[in-house]
Amino acid sequence: MAENVFSWLDERLGLKTIYDSILDRKVPKVNWWFTLGSASLFLGVMQGITGILLSVYYVPTPDHAYDSITFIMTGVQFGWLIRGMHHWGASLLIMTAFIHMLRVIFYGAYKYPREVTWITGVILLICALGMGFTGYLLPWNQRSYWATTVGTEIAGTVPWMGDFLLRILRGGPDLSALTLSRFFSLHIWIFPAIILTVVFTHLYLVIRLGISNVPDQDS
Amino acid sequence: MPSKYRSPVLDRRSFVKIVSTALGSMMAAIVGLPAIQFFISPALTKTVGDEWISLGSIDNYPMDIPTMFNFTLRKVNGWEKSSMSYGAFVLRKEGEDPVVFSDVCTHLSCRVSWDDEINQFFCPCHAAFFDQLGNVISGPPPRPLDQYEIKLEGDQLFIHLREG
Repeated sequence: MAENVFSWLDERLGLKTIYDSILDRKVPKVNWWFTLGSASLFLGVMQGITGILLSVYYVPTPDHAYDSITFIMTGVQFGWLIRGMHHWGASLLIMTAFIHMLRVIFYGAYKYPREVTWITGVILLICALGMGFTGYLLPWNQRSYWATTVGTEIAGTVPWMGDFLLRILRGGPDLSALTLSRFFSLHIWIFPAIILTVVFTHLYLVIRLGISNVPDQDS
Repeated sequence: MPSKYRSPVLDRRSFVKIVSTALGSMMAAIVGLPAIQFFISPALTKTVGDEWISLGSIDNYPMDIPTMFNFTLRKVNGWEKSSMSYGAFVLRKEGEDPVVFSDVCTHLSCRVSWDDEINQFFCPCHAAFFDQLGNVISGPPPRPLDQYEIKLEGDQLFIHLREG
């Protein structure tokens, strides 16, 4: 019965082809360092899931942000767990992505024909840092307030257009409700939309080009 | 198609290509340009602040010790009305006009505090130290502490707050 259902679907959706080309594709003999891309992907998905869950209770306004997070931590069952996973997962993701990048550098895996894979990876790293920067403000506590003050001031030191960039980031000259809501929007809509698109491109290229060998003495 | 209907410069395929590119770009611009303006709008709104703040009688401030004065101002950012807090350090010297420093660190805008024991201003964010006159002793700040323009009316001290 299940087999019949599967072959009915497979005939129409090409499920087996998808499975073969994504999961059964041929790879060279590699080592554990090659698992870091998948680890980053897994952590990214976890950030998405826990982030969506947090948005059930979190409210991005100066009057409510801090209290809503206190409520998540103390009043919601397993709130501490979901927020904890989001909090620690963020740092872990930056680490896995960064070591993933180091592996690619040291194995020379960014070379022809994988240059575009590398470039999309760099875009993803920048977006991940952007997610970290925007997410850090959301608890609206002293630490996030001053970290964002300093962070946006750094943008303000850019020659010529620094002050303009600072105002765009903050949504005005001061940190305010506008800063919080635009950081929230960047954090849950704009960066995720970019990341989703670029992750699919990155994965498509990994599958299309195959992964590189561990370099040997000749290479 | 009879040849008399056929354009000598443009075939049907190129015509459709040009028209759809033009229409597509137009639609993208109609949504895209206002979207950019929408996003950066608060950055383009100029807020100007220009007022004199009373710091009370000059006699309230001791000699030779920078003394903190806190005040709040009502501000509107977008839809949010909030009170922003400000800090100023008043320094009096015998026989000289008082000097009033802003407590905003000139490095990246954390707030400095006065440390009596070492006789210096200290910013905790990136370990910056300023002397009594606001000059940088060590740390990353690019310039001395900012000073407010002051005004004395009798014994009443005022500072000029200008923003924007």
